[in-house]
Amino acid sequence: MSRIQVTCTINGDETEFLCDPDQSLLDALRDELLLTGAKEGCGTGDCGACSIIFDGKLNCSCLIFAPEAEGRTITTVEGLAIGSELHPLQQCFLEGAALQCGVCTPGFLIAAKALLDENPDPTETEVRYGLAGNLCRCTGYDKIVSSVLEAASQLRESA
Amino acid sequence: MAHVFLGTEHRRFTDGVAEVDVEAATVKELIAKLEVRFPGIGRELEGNAVAINGEVIAYATYERVPEGAEIYFVPAASGG
Amino acid sequence: MTITEDAAKAEKALKYIGTRPVRPDGVDKVTGKARFAADLRLPGMLAGFVLRSPHAHARIVSVDTSAATGMPGVKAVITAADFPELDPGDPNHRNSNNLMARDKVLYEGHVVAAVAASTGREAKAAAEAIAIEYEVLPHVLTVDEAMAEGAPVLHADLITQNVEPEATEASNVSKRTLLERGDLEAGFAEADVVIERDFYTKPVHQGYIEPHAVVADSSPDEKSVVWCSSQGHFRVRSQTAGMLGWEPSQIKVLPAEIGGGFGGKTTIYLEPLAVKLSHMANRPVKLVMGRDEVFRATGPTPGTHIRVKLGARKDGTLVAGKAWLAYENGAFPGPWGMLGSWTIFAPYKIPNFLIEGYDVCVNKPVNIAYRAPSAPMAAFATETILDEIAVELGIDPLDLRLQNAAEEGDLTVQGPPYPRIGCKETLEAIRNHPHYSAPLGPNQGRGVATGYWFNIGEASSATVHITENGDAIVNTGSPDIGGSRASMALFAAEELGIHPDRIQSGVADTESVGFTDTSEGSRTTYATGWAVVEACRGLVTELRGRAAKMWGVEADEVEWADGEARHTKGDHEPLPLAQIAAEAKQTGGPLSSSASLNAQGAGPAFCTQVCDLEVDPETGLVTILRFTTAQDAGRAIHPSYVEGQMQGGVAQGIGWALNEEYIHDSKGVMENASFLDYRMPVASDLPMIDTVIVEVPNPIHPYGVRGVGEVGIVPPIPAIANAIHQAVGCRLNELPMSPPRVLAAITNGNGNGSGNGSG
Repeated sequence: MSRIQVTCTINGDETEFLCDPDQSLLDALRDELLLTGAKEGCGTGDCGACSIIFDGKLNCSCLIFAPEAEGRTITTVEGLAIGSELHPLQQCFLEGAALQCGVCTPGFLIAAKALLDENPDPTETEVRYGLAGNLCRCTGYDKIVSSVLEAASQLRESA
Repeated sequence: MAHVFLGTEHRRFTDGVAEVDVEAATVKELIAKLEVRFPGIGRELEGNAVAINGEVIAYATYERVPEGAEIYFVPAASGG
Repeated sequence: MTITEDAAKAEKALKYIGTRPVRPDGVDKVTGKARFAADLRLPGMLAGFVLRSPHAHARIVSVDTSAATGMPGVKAVITAADFPELDPGDPNHRNSNNLMARDKVLYEGHVVAAVAASTGREAKAAAEAIAIEYEVLPHVLTVDEAMAEGAPVLHADLITQNVEPEATEASNVSKRTLLERGDLEAGFAEADVVIERDFYTKPVHQGYIEPHAVVADSSPDEKSVVWCSSQGHFRVRSQTAGMLGWEPSQIKVLPAEIGGGFGGKTTIYLEPLAVKLSHMANRPVKLVMGRDEVFRATGPTPGTHIRVKLGARKDGTLVAGKAWLAYENGAFPGPWGMLGSWTIFAPYKIPNFLIEGYDVCVNKPVNIAYRAPSAPMAAFATETILDEIAVELGIDPLDLRLQNAAEEGDLTVQGPPYPRIGCKETLEAIRNHPHYSAPLGPNQGRGVATGYWFNIGEASSATVHITENGDAIVNTGSPDIGGSRASMALFAAEELGIHPDRIQSGVADTESVGFTDTSEGSRTTYATGWAVVEACRGLVTELRGRAAKMWGVEADEVEWADGEARHTKGDHEPLPLAQIAAEAKQTGGPLSSSASLNAQGAGPAFCTQVCDLEVDPETGLVTILRFTTAQDAGRAIHPSYVEGQMQGGVAQGIGWALNEEYIHDSKGVMENASFLDYRMPVASDLPMIDTVIVEVPNPIHPYGVRGVGEVGIVPPIPAIANAIHQAVGCRLNELPMSPPRVLAAITNGNGNGSGNGSG
């Protein structure tokens, strides 16, 4: 099968990669680019573990064909920290014990960033609905929701 | 002499006897003596945890049996 | 909120235990660096694909792999013929036949072959080219079907244990459990109210977000290095070796990060296949399950049919209880009905009881532990009937439970008396919580329930090394399934008297630390934490000796406090750990200590919960409004992660109560093997889950710890069922309590009309 060359911007860097025409963007990120932060929990867009920000919108990378990334701008969990400075969401997840096993965490951080980019001052209910595309089986969501609210507050203060 | 309480499942080897006194220094010896008295029970008791005076001990084969101890055999549990 | 017994407060003040430092593995997990098994890539690595049975029950007539072996990129093809046929008495016999079907397939998803090829696409194409001829057999899916006269039998050699007269013919029932005390008939004769009901539950899955994954790199000399996601890499080693006919020492298992387990990763599925494929191809092989494979082929918790009869006097005293329990085991026998039997009356003093439990094979994936395995279904029955008795007698449901709650010295159903337990304390914590007296609106209801779980101890090992600058490295053999590295660091910090920031806390592979049992049974903080304490105490003895040498005094003149050696006679300035470490070569060499132990006396765990919910009378939709859980932790080492276990258990219990179930078609094929159709709770389904950590110290543990991982999943189902009854007057006896079922109960008038409904 002939492979397709794709050029896009990932975490601020112009990036080229080769992929199969029917390869998912998730598989391309993980297998071609070794960006393994995004996880496959289901492969059907139901768990959100593979969440990325795709041209400014939250998406499941398992539902996007890799060639569709041509010319697009992508943020993955690896792009949240600036150098060694963690994003406030990452810091709040750490301090708020918002993770147990951690496998859903990259997806939640991305979904939370997409939410706060659009709505910097969400209510608890808005956070719950903003994260409703992401499954966590460990935490019961309590500490995730609290940590996102705390990060939102910190981001507003520093804005 | 230890006082052994036998669970419902083990009483099919004892003709319904639920409590029995056994002279034994260790759990291993205690099981051996019960087997002599109630053939077939030994294999059922091996591998169980043993409560000695209320303290449940897993892998108790070589545990000492104090004089007058109350003994129960408890199947080993696992969990998630 | 934490409620601690006065006795515990009176102990010496703790400096680090009970604080909430950031977990040692946290940064890796929020930056995407943490390496889970599926994230690993090795040079030359092949992709594997597993071929599974489409039938629920069939004889394998023939397997022809010849078309597959010659296909492009294919490096190895395996079937049952590539594994030794184990003796039926071999501890790995059932597991071996579960991981690779031999002669018969016993459920849809049962593995029949596996392929390794250069790409996943090639492996899948080759697997699909394997020709398998099946003779389809009739199947059974529920305990009632499987126990019926003339039911199709899964195993021709399965004879029911522990029945009288002794069973002689094969059936699907592997074992009967029987527990009794007192005089049942006399007990019920004393009762003023007797209620008997049947309850039905479906299998539900542990639902960990990370599918099973393994990378194996085997050598021609029959050695293999295995990276995998598991709750216990030492068990992976023994089970993998057992199925291959290898010795454990031929296999080294490195624990990858584990993306959730909840009991479901206490056994293996892919590892021997990957090792074998890698050995045949002489290349590393990766196997990763898809979500549908996780549902179809890994262990859900059993579906059940349980009948309970309880009798109480007018004043609420329980006088007699009878329970009949039948638990699915899936395709091979397990202990689930036995465990359910042990838990069903555990929180209460019932002087006369008879408990009869059955373990039953059905044509579904082999059941495996799920958080307090078997207890939630049993509690659904007992706790619902207790609520009914409370309503009938006009007694507050918490008062009824308190009146009958087990205490230290009361006999357990298995025989020996309870040690110090916190059953009553959790009930009191909920009764005293403002939640319990908050007002309710129309169509809203409040339910309470109590849960019990054994907790286990088992074998654990830990090592502690001191670095040249006087920091500490703690390693154990326990996979970290919920923040245990943080707890291990806190134990070491407390014992060594140094800040947790100075401690690296890790999980070591099977060749770098002593044998350690699986992270299950809520044992890790309890037993492995104890091993860390023992290793640190050994190290402190060594450190006192080194200080004594530096001072030229006897070791018994040296005490250890706050991270430094102090001379009891005051002749010398204290020596901090860093200084002793810097001089370690001058005083005897590197500083390290290990401990291995078999932890006894894991204290039983109890938990009481209160749930408020609202039922939409037009749709049957249940919305959880408020939830509070009070659980005895013995002592909370890292309270945030104790709360996390409590909240996680509640969320799983809510999903089980309201939505989750395995649905099979008439051919025994699972119809909802995806997260879309198997609906687990998302953030918008749940409220905040309020936690009350009750601390009734476990007297045997150096820090009073009891396991906290499991019991939180036990009460939610009956708490919700009881709240639904209060809201709309219906008693539900079947899970899940999904909108159609609740609506049917409302419209059929399945209740006593005493609910809070407005209409």
